[in-house]
Amino acid sequence: MRYGKLFTAAAAALTLLLAGCSGPDGRAPDDGVIRLRFQSLAWQQESVEANKELVREWNAAHPGIQVDYVQGSWDSVHDQLLTSFEGGEAPDLVHDASDDLADFAYGGYLADLRGLLSARLRADIPARSWETTTFGDGIYGVPFLQEPRVIMANRTLLRQAGVRVPTPEHPWSWAEFRQVARDLTAAMGKGRYAVAWPLKEPVSVSLNLGLSAGGRLFHREPGGRAVLRFEDGDAVVPGTVRAMVDTDRTASPATLGSGGSDTLPGFFGGKYAMVPLGFSYRQQIVRQAPKGFDWVVLPAPAGAGGLAQGVSPQTLSIAEDSPHKKEAARFLDFFLQPRNTVRLARGDWMLPTSTRALADPALHTPAYGWATGAAVARHLSPAPAPPVRGYPEWKDKVATPAFQEYYSGAIDTAELRRRLVDDGNRVLARYQRNMK
Amino acid sequence: MSAFRTSGPARFGQYLALLAYLVFLAFPFLWLISTAFKPAAELGSPHPSWIPRDPTLDNFRQAFDEQPLLRAAGNSLLAALAAALVAVLVATPMAYVLARHRSRLTAAATGWVVVSQAFPFVLLIIPLFLVLKNLRLIDSLAGLTAVYVVWSLPFALWMLTGYVRAVPVELEEAAAVDGAGRLRVLVSVTAPLLGPGIVATALFAFVTAWNEFFFALVLLKTPEKQTLPVVLTHFLGAEGVADLGPLAAAAFLATLPSLVVFAVIQRRITGGVMAGAVKS
Repeated sequence: MRYGKLFTAAAAALTLLLAGCSGPDGRAPDDGVIRLRFQSLAWQQESVEANKELVREWNAAHPGIQVDYVQGSWDSVHDQLLTSFEGGEAPDLVHDASDDLADFAYGGYLADLRGLLSARLRADIPARSWETTTFGDGIYGVPFLQEPRVIMANRTLLRQAGVRVPTPEHPWSWAEFRQVARDLTAAMGKGRYAVAWPLKEPVSVSLNLGLSAGGRLFHREPGGRAVLRFEDGDAVVPGTVRAMVDTDRTASPATLGSGGSDTLPGFFGGKYAMVPLGFSYRQQIVRQAPKGFDWVVLPAPAGAGGLAQGVSPQTLSIAEDSPHKKEAARFLDFFLQPRNTVRLARGDWMLPTSTRALADPALHTPAYGWATGAAVARHLSPAPAPPVRGYPEWKDKVATPAFQEYYSGAIDTAELRRRLVDDGNRVLARYQRNMK
Repeated sequence: MSAFRTSGPARFGQYLALLAYLVFLAFPFLWLISTAFKPAAELGSPHPSWIPRDPTLDNFRQAFDEQPLLRAAGNSLLAALAAALVAVLVATPMAYVLARHRSRLTAAATGWVVVSQAFPFVLLIIPLFLVLKNLRLIDSLAGLTAVYVVWSLPFALWMLTGYVRAVPVELEEAAAVDGAGRLRVLVSVTAPLLGPGIVATALFAFVTAWNEFFFALVLLKTPEKQTLPVVLTHFLGAEGVADLGPLAAAAFLATLPSLVVFAVIQRRITGGVMAGAVKS
């Protein structure tokens, strides 16, 4: 028969599959060795190397506690972890981000780390970073890497326009930033813009940078209930962006729906002089920028709140179902030694939360803007919203469309305020029915 | 002879529209190929070009250096081949019964097949995970294959039912009149005529399994067992940041088997779905 070979091949595959690849029973071999599964989301080559190297070092020094490195993916990590937790098959050590932990923490899937972590590790990370992983009374993750939003700027264009270049000590105010953008756009000529705001994810940008202008949006009432209020400080960042796009024409309207990477070609080509991006985008710039492209990392503008901005650090947690929590905590203590955290931070082009790691000279070199980032790190605060129950729904169903419409000019500030606050409080109320 | 006649200019317009549509459809794939061969500096160029100015194989090298693509492709191949085989083995007799024996039960079964397509996988994944866990099939390609079989079965059944209906029942009756038993009729008359349909269905199941990501992500824990779509996501960071060059190179290679398979089956899929729709 003509199709015989195909079916023979398929049958052989099936036989192989059933014979050789049947599932394990989920238990470690009975050799007395404790096995921990560590799911890492590191993805950049240097970062993966650093992670694997640290696991190798641990395994060599601890033959009785072996760590299996599993590479996860940021794509769909929430659904993947949720299914694994529900099925009782989660990794012992979980890499994630603090803004993704609330559901897992409140759902009882993550171990409370308060009694597990070493005093050294607790003391080495500032209280404001621990806040990002504190839900209720417990701590459900170790915040270890963080990424502020900075401004990647074309130094040549700044120089040609003769504008003042800000430093962490003397940052631009939001008003000065707007004026600088006007000067730059005028100097750059037609069809070019001082700024490209990549606002594909407008909520985190608006809220996190909003802290610098004294905005919070989320407020806690006595009793712990969260409510939304849109005050003067909350309007500064969205208002500045909207004015730059709409009134001043100093920010490109085309990039409002773009991701950060999408703006880089225009940045390299001189179409945009500045792009507000996460700190780790420096790696892409280093790899992709044309030869001779002169760029600099600037701090985001400051307002009533100084250089403050919200961050959702990357975290390491221990699964509640793990039978070896103490051993997992010992591994975390090793993995997050200051010298190791520096290696992880450099691999991911991010900043450590660890105070001692952050003091490492390697993170204070002017090259690639490390020094600017390290200076900004002192001002980072927890992102205002993620610990609030109902935040994901508010973000997806209320805030994202509202900000998108606002930035595109479809609605005004009053309507933005109404949607964020009135619609938003209705969402939060559903999640907080049992709170007084 | 066609029932519809079109004038020359209208025909020209149709072809033009078709060409524009084909270009639109092909754009992402052509861009993928172009990206796969561009050096890092060219990926960020403000003046992107279709043809890489300085073509390179570095992205392919980097992709293979950083991720176990061959091993992952082997796993994908194993799961996809097995899923295709089992799906066809299960669906063929079912399709025969649904096509040849019309009753309320077969009507209900056909309806259920259509309805079952409507369930989103996020609704199924946790119960499915628990079932597979009880069967000790988590973290195994056999478990993943079982999921793929179930996942592709409704459409496979639908396709095969069309093929069976297209086989004239008179041929089977003639063979029966000549003294052939039921089994003989099925093996000697029906099965050879169903061959192309079975192959098309198998290839459809193969492509579905080859491309599937989420079940593989959730069900497989051991790195050595991960399939190609899962490994491809290792080139992606948070917030959609990607290692674009190696990702494009790896994705290009991962797309080739699906393309080849679709080139083979595209006519037959249409034939299977449409077969029996019009009485000859």
